Amino acid sequence: MSLKGKAAAIGIGELKPVKEPGDLTALGLTARVAAEAIADAGLEKKDIDGFLVGVPFSDPGMIYPASAAEVLGLNVRMLNQVDIGGASPAGMIWRAAAAIDAGMCSAVLCIVADLNKVGDQRPPVISVQREFEAPYGNLGANCGYAMIAHRHMYEYGTTARQMAKVAVDQRSSALKNPLATFNDKPLTIDDVLNSRMIVDPLHLYEIVSPVSGGAAVIVASPELAKRAKNPPIWLLGAGEYANHSTITYAPSITESPIKPAAEAAFKMAGLQPKDMDLACPYDCYTITVIVTLEDAGFCKKGDGGPFVMEHDLTYAGDFPCNTHGGQLSFGQAGLAGGMSHVTEAIRQLMGRGGERQVKGAALGYVNGNGGIMSEQSSLVLERKS
Amino acid sequence: MSEYYKPLPKQTPTSRPFWEAARRHELILQQCGACRAFIYYPRDRCPKCFSDNLGWERVSGRGKVYSYTVVRRASSRVFADAPYVLAIVELAEGPRMTSNIVAAPEDVRVEMPVQVFFDDVTPDHTLVKFKPA
Repeated sequence: MSLKGKAAAIGIGELKPVKEPGDLTALGLTARVAAEAIADAGLEKKDIDGFLVGVPFSDPGMIYPASAAEVLGLNVRMLNQVDIGGASPAGMIWRAAAAIDAGMCSAVLCIVADLNKVGDQRPPVISVQREFEAPYGNLGANCGYAMIAHRHMYEYGTTARQMAKVAVDQRSSALKNPLATFNDKPLTIDDVLNSRMIVDPLHLYEIVSPVSGGAAVIVASPELAKRAKNPPIWLLGAGEYANHSTITYAPSITESPIKPAAEAAFKMAGLQPKDMDLACPYDCYTITVIVTLEDAGFCKKGDGGPFVMEHDLTYAGDFPCNTHGGQLSFGQAGLAGGMSHVTEAIRQLMGRGGERQVKGAALGYVNGNGGIMSEQSSLVLERKS
Repeated sequence: MSEYYKPLPKQTPTSRPFWEAARRHELILQQCGACRAFIYYPRDRCPKCFSDNLGWERVSGRGKVYSYTVVRRASSRVFADAPYVLAIVELAEGPRMTSNIVAAPEDVRVEMPVQVFFDDVTPDHTLVKFKPA
């Protein structure tokens, strides 16, 4: 069993994130980005027969998929929420392909939208984290990634300048992305290191900014893909893995579950990391990119720091990485932050990268990362020549 | 004395012995009767071998800092007394636990030896914290 070549992305939608949500609602943004993605795919709303959605932090609720589908006026043969944190968008792509391959549906709307505010109902925190984490102030994601960074520095000699380089190169690409939140001025390594320390050793410019926005991808059957108006971007490989939720209880905090996820994705694709023309690793923090490049096999374990210094990660460089600016420059609209890596890979492979187009890009790697390096979902995508 | 306003552990039947021992200023961990692994946090079955033959053992309270961060700006207002040191402590018996190192932030290092102490934050609640050994 394999999902290789069983479905393709044929359309995308992505809103320019805004800092202040104002009168926006998560469902309103969902409708806007759904319309954009369906039109981009050259489909009509009635063609959508599958629906995978992420529950927004700003409007959480049970039985969310049917409620959101009702708001959109969808009639679907398959629907579900994907609840694997920042890995949800990448995880939606292979789940859509699997449902299509199983004959359940033929065109799946994978969609996430969220606001930069907490709604009337706060998303519940699971009991074990309330009991064993919150009393010590292990709240949010910052602390866990900071502890990963400290341990990585200790084990491998990774430096603050190496981590900062990730934010700097991604900002260079963001300058060519009209949708990016931070696209007005370049960053230097010193700018990053001079920004405020939030959680040692992570500075403000190494941490994603919450914004409001949304993004969507239409995944379609081979029959629909062959007559699509955009070049279809085929799913060649997918892999997923999780071995912890809170980072304290991970087998290792510097070797992540990305390794088995990426290995499975590359194995299914019959390809290797070196075959990729671009990489779109989830980047909630700078350290996340370094660990991902190591564990996905783009460099040796522990060499992520030197690797990002030795390579030009910009769209014009020798290792194009998060050419939309990454979430660090694009902004993180809840789960839509994770979708930005998926949409950027698809956009580049379709040849729609505009001023930041990676020349000749045919193969892309995407990784979605949930929680504190917990849920991992890796994809290998291809534009067939 | 000002009122304690930070989150407190809400015990379950599974975890109650751990917190009751902390109130007596004792650190106890579950140990699996089948595979002998020490377990933190308390479970209903061993997360390694899935046995339900679990007992409680008093442990040394010695450990080392597996990793840490100095939280200078907390994501919740109730931790407005930042900076504080949040750490993953690797206990001598094996398990890792989330805790605080009560020390000057600039003195904390990865792999630094630490020793448990018990912080009676309210008359009914004691948190398990660490200081340099």
